[in-house]
Amino acid sequence: MTERPLKVLVAKPGLDGHDRGAKVVAHALRDAGIEVIYSGLKRTPEEIVAEAVQEDVDVVGLSVLSGAHLTLARKVLEQLRAAGAEDIAVVIGGTIPAPDAQALLGIGVRRVFPMGTSLPDIVAYFRAFERGER
Amino acid sequence: MADQPAEKPDRPRPRDVTYLDGISIKPVYGPADLAGFDPARDLGSPGAYPFTRGIHPHMYRARVWTMRQYIGFGTPKETNARFKYLMAHGQDALNVAFDLPTQLGLDSDDPRAEGEVGRVGMAVDSLLDMEEAFEGIPADRVSISLTINSMAAFIQAMFMVVAEKQGVAWDKIVTTPQNDILKEFVARGTWVYPVDPSLRLVCDVAEFCAKHAPRVNPISVCGYHIREAGCTPAQEMAYGLAIVAAYTQLLQTRGLDVDDFAPRLSFNFTCWGRLFEEVAKFRAGRRLYARMMKERFGARNPRSMMFRSLIGGGGSAFTAEEPENNIVRGAYFALAAALAGAQTMALPTYDEAYTIPSPEAQLIALRTMQICAEETGVTDTVDPLAGAYFVEALTNEMEARIREEMAKVERMGGIVEAVKSGAVQAEVARQAYRFEQMMLTGEYPKVTVNRHVAPEAERGAAADTRLELYAFDPKVAEAQVAKLEHLRRQRDQAAAARALGRLRDAARGTENLMPPILEAVRAYATLGEMAGVLRDAWGEHKEPLVF
Repeated sequence: MTERPLKVLVAKPGLDGHDRGAKVVAHALRDAGIEVIYSGLKRTPEEIVAEAVQEDVDVVGLSVLSGAHLTLARKVLEQLRAAGAEDIAVVIGGTIPAPDAQALLGIGVRRVFPMGTSLPDIVAYFRAFERGER
Repeated sequence: MADQPAEKPDRPRPRDVTYLDGISIKPVYGPADLAGFDPARDLGSPGAYPFTRGIHPHMYRARVWTMRQYIGFGTPKETNARFKYLMAHGQDALNVAFDLPTQLGLDSDDPRAEGEVGRVGMAVDSLLDMEEAFEGIPADRVSISLTINSMAAFIQAMFMVVAEKQGVAWDKIVTTPQNDILKEFVARGTWVYPVDPSLRLVCDVAEFCAKHAPRVNPISVCGYHIREAGCTPAQEMAYGLAIVAAYTQLLQTRGLDVDDFAPRLSFNFTCWGRLFEEVAKFRAGRRLYARMMKERFGARNPRSMMFRSLIGGGGSAFTAEEPENNIVRGAYFALAAALAGAQTMALPTYDEAYTIPSPEAQLIALRTMQICAEETGVTDTVDPLAGAYFVEALTNEMEARIREEMAKVERMGGIVEAVKSGAVQAEVARQAYRFEQMMLTGEYPKVTVNRHVAPEAERGAAADTRLELYAFDPKVAEAQVAKLEHLRRQRDQAAAARALGRLRDAARGTENLMPPILEAVRAYATLGEMAGVLRDAWGEHKEPLVF
């Protein structure tokens, strides 16, 4: 592991405009000493991957509350592979029912944070990731 | 004092209570808390200035609130069937949800729409879809909320053409396009164009309707979404009032008399949280709005000073944990909305954290409002809390907090500048984070989340299996795309192209855009084509990235 702190891109793919959760998580990660970039709303998977590569992040955290999580996560993963950046981990949070969470893990999403996930659990996950435990 | 009960040394001390806006609540209120209170000046009669007690003299004794659940999903045909189901069960008005591509002006076959067509609302690509959605629903007999903002001009125009085709005159239709773009920039996120041309569209709808469809409520100012994004109750009211002031000023600058449009302005606010704080927020808000419209904007018609409100919602106050408890929470929201003097009510459904609401969950929400209206007696007398030491003192305190928050917006340069710079978005995000911390520490109580938390083994995803999850059908997108392709082949291409050309020219000038939009709608130009013409002319909004 490198010495630099973990670097995370919190991203809003697709058309969903609900950014409260994404901003709260970004804020909490920043408070935890993690370097955080926030993409802003309505980014395409291509734009998110380009930003992730250019900023050399370790993790992309997607936030989707519209129900389009499977389509969008699949596209982000495909674009990362196409960019030769499959070492960047993808995690996702939002309105994600249990069966879909399994499907997301199946296509290569590293971790799913469904509704009701507590903020400390999310921060703990990223801390563990930073220590190389995930 | 002799008449005070003696403090017993072993009696527990009252705990401290401070509300989200920093108002400290005393254990007991009394006459001293109403020093300087003048009922004639501060309250007035119900239905009279400054409307603190409500905007109608007899409120629910004359007419109970309108019940308007938020519905819309899949194809226009499916939405039409659900409308008819709710109307058959006593719902008297419709509140239409649109899918995200529609809200953002993208046709169903746009690559950016993939996976989103018909998901969180009904898909609309052209007039054809609106004709299907309102088939068999007389345009002059149901009042219809259209929850749409950056695309409000187009959807309102489509509804006006649907009415034309039903043979209903425009002066008979009662729609409420949400058409509040400023709150989209602050909170809800379905902006498209930069701030200034977006404001032009809002005002074009309002001006056109004031002249040609006088029963349309052309702007529904939403504190609701800003609160859902994290702000406090006083900020919700303050930002809402700052936003309506901005639209009022712009419309006056166009030469409109405030009394020509203000009677049709309305509001959409939430009511979750501390019951009396919410009631006080609305009583203070009504008073502030009346004074602002009269004193600052020169309104003479009392109807221009009435804060007409849809109250309800508050899905953010519902929990994913043990979702059935949300039915109980919804009943308290209904009570708060009734005590606050709502004209229209809508409740979130208990399954909202998990899924597009099931018909059963929608029906429970509707029944909750009906039970509140017909069984509890809350409708039997107007503003029953008036004169209570606590409620009047809290109303005064809320008014002071709302004024402070409005002054802060002024210091940011006014709401339009604050939206452009991101200052107000940053404040909302700060409050959302603060609230999250209060939930974590338990400072803000929430049963099953930070109080009375169920044992580990009983928590978690089990609710998914108890609820009926909406099975999203990918065929919705296929059906929309097929319909769109058919439309593009069948319509009069020259007429559509001509109408779009005229819209393009108009967008570069300053004329009201509703006439060219209506012409393009009648020519079956698609929403994506019409919105695209304006995108080409104006560009897109660049979001200030603050968190």
